[in-house]
Amino acid sequence: MELIMAALIGLMAAVSVYLMLAGNMLRFIVGLSLLSNAVNLAIFEAGRLSFAAPPFIAEGEKAPTGDVANALPQALILTAIVIGFGLLAFTLVLVYRLYGAFGTVEIDEIENAEPRG
Amino acid sequence: MAEAESPAGRAAGVRRLVPALLSALAAWWFFGFVPAVHGGETVFFVWDWAPQLGVSFAFAIDGLGLVFALLVTGIGALVLLYAAEYFRTHPQRDRLLVLLVLFELSMLGLVLADDALTLFLFWEGTTVTSFLLIGFDHEKAEARAKAVQALIVTGLGGVALLAGLLLAGQQTGTYRLSELGDYALTLRNGGMYQGVFWLVILGCFTKSAQIPFHYWLPNAMAAPTPVSAYLHSATMVKAGVYLLARLSPALSGTDLWMWTLTLTGAATMVLSSIWAMRQSDLKLGLAYTTVMGLGALTMMLGAGGEGAILAFCVFLIVHALYKASLFLVIGILDKKAGTREADGLSGLGRDMPLTWLVALLAGASMAGLPPFFGFIGKEAIYEGALHGDAPAALVAVAALLANAMMIAIAGAVALTPFTGEFKAKKAAPTDAHLFMWAGPAALALLGLGFGLAPGAAELLVAPMAASVAGEAMDVHLHLFGGVNLPLALSVVTFALGYVLWRRLPRTRESLALLEAGGARQGFRLLRGDRALRPDARPLGDFERSYDVFLRVLTGLSRETTALLQSGYLPRYLRVTMATMAGMTAAGLWVGGGWPSIEMGEAPGLMLLVVALIAVASLTLLMTARRLLLITSLGVVGAGVALIFALYGAIDVAITQLMVETLVVVIIAVALLKLPRIALARTAAAQRARLWNGAIGAAVGVAVTGALMAVMDGEIDRSLTDYFEKASATIAFGRNIVNVILVDFRALDTMGEIAVVAIAGLSALALLAARVRPMKDAEK
Repeated sequence: MELIMAALIGLMAAVSVYLMLAGNMLRFIVGLSLLSNAVNLAIFEAGRLSFAAPPFIAEGEKAPTGDVANALPQALILTAIVIGFGLLAFTLVLVYRLYGAFGTVEIDEIENAEPRG
Repeated sequence: MAEAESPAGRAAGVRRLVPALLSALAAWWFFGFVPAVHGGETVFFVWDWAPQLGVSFAFAIDGLGLVFALLVTGIGALVLLYAAEYFRTHPQRDRLLVLLVLFELSMLGLVLADDALTLFLFWEGTTVTSFLLIGFDHEKAEARAKAVQALIVTGLGGVALLAGLLLAGQQTGTYRLSELGDYALTLRNGGMYQGVFWLVILGCFTKSAQIPFHYWLPNAMAAPTPVSAYLHSATMVKAGVYLLARLSPALSGTDLWMWTLTLTGAATMVLSSIWAMRQSDLKLGLAYTTVMGLGALTMMLGAGGEGAILAFCVFLIVHALYKASLFLVIGILDKKAGTREADGLSGLGRDMPLTWLVALLAGASMAGLPPFFGFIGKEAIYEGALHGDAPAALVAVAALLANAMMIAIAGAVALTPFTGEFKAKKAAPTDAHLFMWAGPAALALLGLGFGLAPGAAELLVAPMAASVAGEAMDVHLHLFGGVNLPLALSVVTFALGYVLWRRLPRTRESLALLEAGGARQGFRLLRGDRALRPDARPLGDFERSYDVFLRVLTGLSRETTALLQSGYLPRYLRVTMATMAGMTAAGLWVGGGWPSIEMGEAPGLMLLVVALIAVASLTLLMTARRLLLITSLGVVGAGVALIFALYGAIDVAITQLMVETLVVVIIAVALLKLPRIALARTAAAQRARLWNGAIGAAVGVAVTGALMAVMDGEIDRSLTDYFEKASATIAFGRNIVNVILVDFRALDTMGEIAVVAIAGLSALALLAARVRPMKDAEK
């Protein structure tokens, strides 16, 4: 499964990079969303995959009994998901305002920031 | 004189002498070390700097360091005194004095440093302060250009030097210069010797103006005369020679060392003497003789053997004394008689008797006349040349030629301006203020005193030679060593030098002609400076290499900038992504190629989820229809949440599901207000798509490879183990993931919340702000 997951994450990364490079702000946002999913999955896989129980400690015990999933990457991904969401929301608003100002979401048609010489 | 009349003016008048006084005190303090160091002792001052790296802030006073420290502080005091008077009414007098003191401190640190990094720190200090000093007249474009040139040449050398010192430190395991000599064999047989050698040599040769890096030194004469006297006699330019001497116990003794130093030194010595004869500006002429002196010192270090080391030590002191003195004399001439041009000065002896006397004393030492210290120095050079490791004939002939030309220059500085018919730019030249002639006089008298009483000089020379040789040496200096080959060579030198001096004006002219017309005839090396002939191409081929180097460098950086900073957003992204893929691939390649991992267990449910995500991702790639985009994005999000849930990450799955739902809703709302996606069908767009596809594929492959490499390795579970053990016992929580978030990494989570809050606030602000349409803001 590890091999398949690695390939899937590679595919997601490739698609998201292509979308981000496409020069259209909407496709950029879709790419960004896909990329954060790919990265979260990568962190998850790097913490090792196992069909184990969630990392809980039973009542009365001092430590988890039996095999539990790796808790550390889960905590990291939880943080990453929320941050990724904040980033996405902000980018969306930026694009929305950009469209309001320039009337386009094509990067090629906007030259105000750095006029091409 | 106005400032002496008011009390405030008097205070200012005294203030200008403070640096000189402090410097003299320092010299006195160092003088106190002479007995101990002569007894073979080395005094250390060591503070820890970065002990875990073996780096310390270390200083050592040994024979070599002490002589340099005395020269730096002693000549420093006299030059500071001189400068206080020379710049008496200059509006930026205090700035100059402060810069000179800063330079003096850097130089002092450099010659006393016993740690490679401490040395480098002060080495760079001298580079920076000398840049500021050479460019002191910063309103003149020329001074600025020359200062930048000196900075670039010596600065680049400094970088090479640092690399060399670090290599040497890695090889031997010590950064202490005083210990490096003990590891000479380790260094020589360690395989790094060539690297260390060339890097150090590059640093030393640039600093000490050896061919082909010599051009910056005469150019640095854009500086005011007191600065030149200080930087170019005892100090800055000697730093390179100093370091060669300091590292000589560790690096010398190989053919590479011997040939490189001897040949470079000899070439520098002879060529710069010819260039010196060519100059009509006395100060420039002296500058070239400084290059000659540095060449001689390098050659002696290369030649090797006790005699050569002794010659190095003696000549270094000789040169510092007469050169500083003569520079200062020329400053007096410039100030009082109005010019430094050889043609414009003669017959000043009657009006400036004191100045003449000083010039004569210093000039005699430069010419190497008995009983001056210069004579001992010259004899020592011949002695060293004849008994060194290098071919005696080569070294001796180079020394003979250069010394003869030195005599001619000495005559041109010490005799010609003062004898004959009166000629000067200013009507009534007089001797200078006491402060201005005291310095050169003291130095010139020392040159005579050491000659008459060589025993006094031995006190300094013996421990110095021991430091350079790396072992104690039996040193005995004498004025008259009997009738022998060195004496005979001296006699030949005098005869040749006298003839050259008598014919100097004509020699100068023919050299100038050679420069103008002879370039085509193969005498390229003989070309001098731009002062005399503005129509001739300035300086020689060497400086052109600097110009070419600069042009190539700026051209390259311009091209790189144009390539990377194109102002076109997609290109920035492409470069970033391609770099990421490239670096990851490089990492994989270094780590041993494409990793292979086990297929592992692959249940049907998982395969189904993976297939769903893959298809949805590919749909994102193909479609331009907004509804399909949103749906596919939702499928990917939900699929990822399922993977989390199946692998025991239930909290993550819940969060993922909630966030993905929100994302889909928000994007859907936004898309309603945004235009459709139109895929361009032009050829350019097709080409761009091809590039983007290639970069995307590269990133994908790199990510997969990196992930497989990670899975191939061992996982470090120590943190997880700790959290599993500690969650219930010290944090009193049963959901380990939650405990990590709100307890062990609570600060992190607070930061995360802050980020989301700020993103929300910013989004709100953006939505609330009134934005005016600016489609064609520039037109």
